[in-house]
Amino acid sequence: MATFPDYKDIYVFVEQKDSEPAEVGYELISEARKLVASAPELGFQVVGVLLGENVKDKAQDVIAHGADKVIVVDDPLLKDYSTQFYTDALTQVINEFKPDSLLTGATVLGRDLAPRVAARINAGLTADATGIEIDPTKVADGDALLLVTRPTFGGNLFGTIVCPNTRPQMATIRPKVFDLAPVDETRTGEVIEFAPVWNSTEPEVVVEEVLPKKIEGVDIAKCNILIGAGRGAEGCLPLLEEAAKELGGEVCATRAVVEDGFMDKSRQVGQTGKTVRPTLYIACGISGAVQHVAGMEKSDFIIAINRDPEAEIFTISNLGFIGDVNQVLPLLVEGLKKARKA
Amino acid sequence: MKIAVLIKQVPDSTEITVDKNTGTLVRDGVPSIMNPDDLAGLEAALALKDKDDSIDITVVSMGPPQAAGMLQEAIARGADHAVLLTDRRLGGADTCATSRTLAAALNKIGYDFIIAGRQAIDGDTAQVGPQTAERLGLPQVTYVDEILELTPEYAKVKKSLEDEEQVVKVKLPAVITTLSGMNKPRYMNCIDIVDSFNNPVQIMTYDDIKDDLPQDLIGLAGSPTKVHRTFTKNVSAATEKFDLPADETADRIVEALKEKQLIKK
Ligand SMILES: Cc1cc2nc3c(=O)[nH]c(=O)nc-3n(C[C@H](O)[C@H](O)[C@H](O)COP(=O)(O)OP(=O)(O)OC[C@H]3O[C@@H](n4cnc5c(N)ncnc54)[C@H](O)[C@@H]3O)c2cc1C
Ligand SMILES: Cc1cc2nc3c(=O)[nH]c(=O)nc-3n(C[C@H](O)[C@H](O)[C@H](O)COP(=O)(O)OP(=O)(O)OC[C@H]3O[C@@H](n4cnc5c(N)ncnc54)[C@H](O)[C@@H]3O)c2cc1C
Repeated sequence: MATFPDYKDIYVFVEQKDSEPAEVGYELISEARKLVASAPELGFQVVGVLLGENVKDKAQDVIAHGADKVIVVDDPLLKDYSTQFYTDALTQVINEFKPDSLLTGATVLGRDLAPRVAARINAGLTADATGIEIDPTKVADGDALLLVTRPTFGGNLFGTIVCPNTRPQMATIRPKVFDLAPVDETRTGEVIEFAPVWNSTEPEVVVEEVLPKKIEGVDIAKCNILIGAGRGAEGCLPLLEEAAKELGGEVCATRAVVEDGFMDKSRQVGQTGKTVRPTLYIACGISGAVQHVAGMEKSDFIIAINRDPEAEIFTISNLGFIGDVNQVLPLLVEGLKKARKA
Repeated sequence: MKIAVLIKQVPDSTEITVDKNTGTLVRDGVPSIMNPDDLAGLEAALALKDKDDSIDITVVSMGPPQAAGMLQEAIARGADHAVLLTDRRLGGADTCATSRTLAAALNKIGYDFIIAGRQAIDGDTAQVGPQTAERLGLPQVTYVDEILELTPEYAKVKKSLEDEEQVVKVKLPAVITTLSGMNKPRYMNCIDIVDSFNNPVQIMTYDDIKDDLPQDLIGLAGSPTKVHRTFTKNVSAATEKFDLPADETADRIVEALKEKQLIKK
């Protein structure tokens, strides 16, 4: 006998901006597919929830990424994100359709919306998760208990959180934690339109102006090749940049380097910076603190150069070199130039 | 104008290490500090008070009795009142129960404007601010890195998003959550600290709010999330690690990149 017979399926909130869904929503849909496949006995589906204005034609895209069903709330009040209207709409979707679980990206938007919704419906919300599975020991009882793992204490301690007594089970998940599944344009699914009842259409919060952030124009999260600078490489940053240029990549840094004023905050990798997943990450003079590693350990291939043989970075690198970056980098740049000409 | 600032006492997580043998957190001797985002929120409130002395600041914390020390520090910095909500019955609360409890206390204390930190560096959820706003039925602006204007009717703040900033106007009363980078906290001098003891921290217990909040909604029992288990990351065995002269190191890296076809002609 299922514990929560009225609740079913894994729902994913698909965040969008200017009617363009953010990648994190699709990452979560990809992961939700794996979750439902891990417990076929439950007969769960993956349901996308899309809120916005003129977003209905994006529903097929959500299905192509792996959803079985998409609930669309299309309303002018939802054109741009607002805590007020998005909370009203999403809670009504939950009350109407009764998801067993609801996943949201741990973006600035997701971390504004999800706690507000969770409080309104008194659901448990696990924050900023990095891993999810369905508890295999409970499936036979018809219970899709999620085991949600997340870092705490600045990445020093991991906790697995459960919400055994309430539904939906809510979680926010960091972008780039889960892989995107291949897109299947031929997938078909159901699109359901839902119209919420507005408590009020008077906005409590008004965005008066949008200013660009003072960034140098690159999004390191989108780069395929990154050369990371730690405090040990502060003396040879131009060389890191040159090496990055040779490889068609970009430089990024630890918080220490950003705080020392050598690089813009937009290039900080880690728990309080960006999460990156490049094909190649070359860590130069980086000690490998958990907070930094949390943001780059999923890189496909990690090369580390550090003069300290005991540096933590070596425990997560694929290739480690004990050495002085000031000596290695000039030679590396030279070697790269030669290799490109050869 | 009554400003309430929510502050949490946290262990300084930069000082926390993992015992490699037992895989547990080493917390002994780790100092307790005021959560950095909250310290910024308090500083922002104090800066408003510098300009308008009619502003009255109350700092509020829920936690064990020793959190009183941190609140005393907040008074020394310039807060007018401090309230510590402390009671064994409130222990083990997740963010859902914490926000209910803080909201009930705030209703007793009174407020026109509430400032919370964006995120606490121990629990790291960033949920208590928005959830407290919801419990109180107030609008919220999260990720604030500047307070531009505060009037009896509205606040104008700057919100920091991934790739843009927004100037946002919110009707009062409202809740904002602040980022630690927004300002530099002022120094306290010894005189302020000594003087602050003339203004002791007020203690509240569950009994002070129980008429508004049944006991099954607080503490561990009132928390929908449960910590199933905790663990530290197991340190994986060292990967390939070479100790070579610089030129050979550079050569090896170039070779590895060639092999992976990452060098484009
Ligand atoms: C709540 C919180 C959030 C945080 N968020 C982040 C975050 O998002 N991102 C982040 O990066 N950090 C973050 N940190 C900080 C983190 O804990 C570390 O302090 C930081 O990552 C260290 O940076 P580093 O490796 O550059 O410097 P250090 O730890 O000082 O390491 C420098 C390294 O360089 C090596 N070195 C020195 N000279 C040379 C040389 N000539 N050649 C080769 N090697 C050399 C040294 O052996 C050493 O290993 C956070 C901390 C906290 C508490
Ligand atoms: C390993 C572990 C994992 C956890 N995971 C979760 C989880 O995923 N979901 C969940 O709901 N709970 C979780 N909890 C419980 C959560 O840490 C506590 O409820 C905590 O007291 C509040 O959350 P926080 O530290 O994340 O605060 P945040 O929400 O990050 O705090 C934001 C701001 O709210 C204010 N604030 C927060 N707490 C207080 C307080 N006690 N007094 C005054 N102001 C305060 C401060 O201004 C603070 O800056 C977890 C606990 C542990 C030990």
